[in-house]
Amino acid sequence: MANVVDARGLSCPQPVLMTLDEIKKVNSGQIEILVDTDTSKENVSRAAESQGWKVVDIQAEAQEYRIIIEKD
Amino acid sequence: MKRIGNIFATKWGIIGVGAVIGILAPLLQKLGNPANMGICVACFERDIAGAIGLHRAGVVQYMRPEIIGFVLGSLIAAYVFKEFRPRVGSAPIVRFVLGVFAMIGALVFLGCPWRAWLRLAGGDGNAIFGLLGLVFGIWIGTLFFKAGYNLGRTQPTYTSVGWLFPLIMLGFLALRFIFPPVDGQAKSGILFYSLKGPGAMHAPLLVSLIFGLIIGFIAQRSRFCTTGAFRDLILFRQTHLFSGVVAFGTVAFITNLILGQFHPGFVKQPVAHNMTIWNFAGMMLAGLAFALAGGCPGRQLFLSGEGDGDAAIFVIGMIVGAGFSHNFGLASSPKGIGPHGMAAVIIGLLVCLFIGITMREKA
Repeated sequence: MANVVDARGLSCPQPVLMTLDEIKKVNSGQIEILVDTDTSKENVSRAAESQGWKVVDIQAEAQEYRIIIEKD
Repeated sequence: MKRIGNIFATKWGIIGVGAVIGILAPLLQKLGNPANMGICVACFERDIAGAIGLHRAGVVQYMRPEIIGFVLGSLIAAYVFKEFRPRVGSAPIVRFVLGVFAMIGALVFLGCPWRAWLRLAGGDGNAIFGLLGLVFGIWIGTLFFKAGYNLGRTQPTYTSVGWLFPLIMLGFLALRFIFPPVDGQAKSGILFYSLKGPGAMHAPLLVSLIFGLIIGFIAQRSRFCTTGAFRDLILFRQTHLFSGVVAFGTVAFITNLILGQFHPGFVKQPVAHNMTIWNFAGMMLAGLAFALAGGCPGRQLFLSGEGDGDAAIFVIGMIVGAGFSHNFGLASSPKGIGPHGMAAVIIGLLVCLFIGITMREKA
């Protein structure tokens, strides 16, 4: 089960802050981030990639995105 | 698997958007807008406040179509790209208060972050201290973010709620068409106009509106933000938004050179004063308020256009704040700061610190 960061409804820069906090905490593996705007989706993806993580999947659901990032 | 797929959100995308705004803003000056004020979100919202009589400072009254265009351009982009997300409920009263003090701070400096760059690009050295203050204010904001400051979550809401602010803008646009300026008249129907001063200087209606729509559209796509630029740089060492703002300032400078609008110096700069400490302090307050509210005044307009009702509350706070600024003698003029500008900046900083310190999630 991946670690989940729920950043839905939060505005800049919270989703990125929460993602980076989680990245620091787990160091490697898989993290699932929930966001509800395209801006957050782009920002979180960009931030994860800047930390050497790979965005493996972005699932669009009704009013939100589920971003899966991974690092070995 | 769905990748980002938004070219405006790439590095070159945001640089391109900054460059386009850097061309359009000085062009608006050439076409009639006040000097070093091709676009100033704070000044133009202040002019709108004057046009509807929330303050009666005779020289700054005009229903600025650029602001209306920003919101409607963003609305169009949000619908075209299916990003319209009606949402509300993240500390609206706090956003209103932050908007009020952001405006008060900006009017002590005489410009928002957009105009700070345009003033610098036009040779106004005083803008350096405004920008330094802006960065300092944003830096204080990042300390709060690191300490857990958070305005709370929004909730999805009805589509009609997301439309309210764009509808207000459409209403303002209708008023501008119904009651156009009349030569030599300070009032046309219910709208106030300026006979002299910055409020009397404006590009033709359709040019202002179309440029506003273009900027609103591309800024919504790229998430262009003059506050996020420094915030992300300080907080994450990320240069994405920053590169857009640097492109904006650089291209505006080049455009000014080409148009003969570059006049370096510190004294007698257009719609500016050279009280260094208060240029710094005013923008420090504005920068802190923008950072705590999650974006610069332009970004708040673009967010309002894509359905963010809390950003709209911030904008309304700014417009009301312009009323306070001019009615209470808080706003500066080319002669210097207003009689109560100092007190207002100090009160504003205390209020922002109160908000930043108390609105923290306990870890």
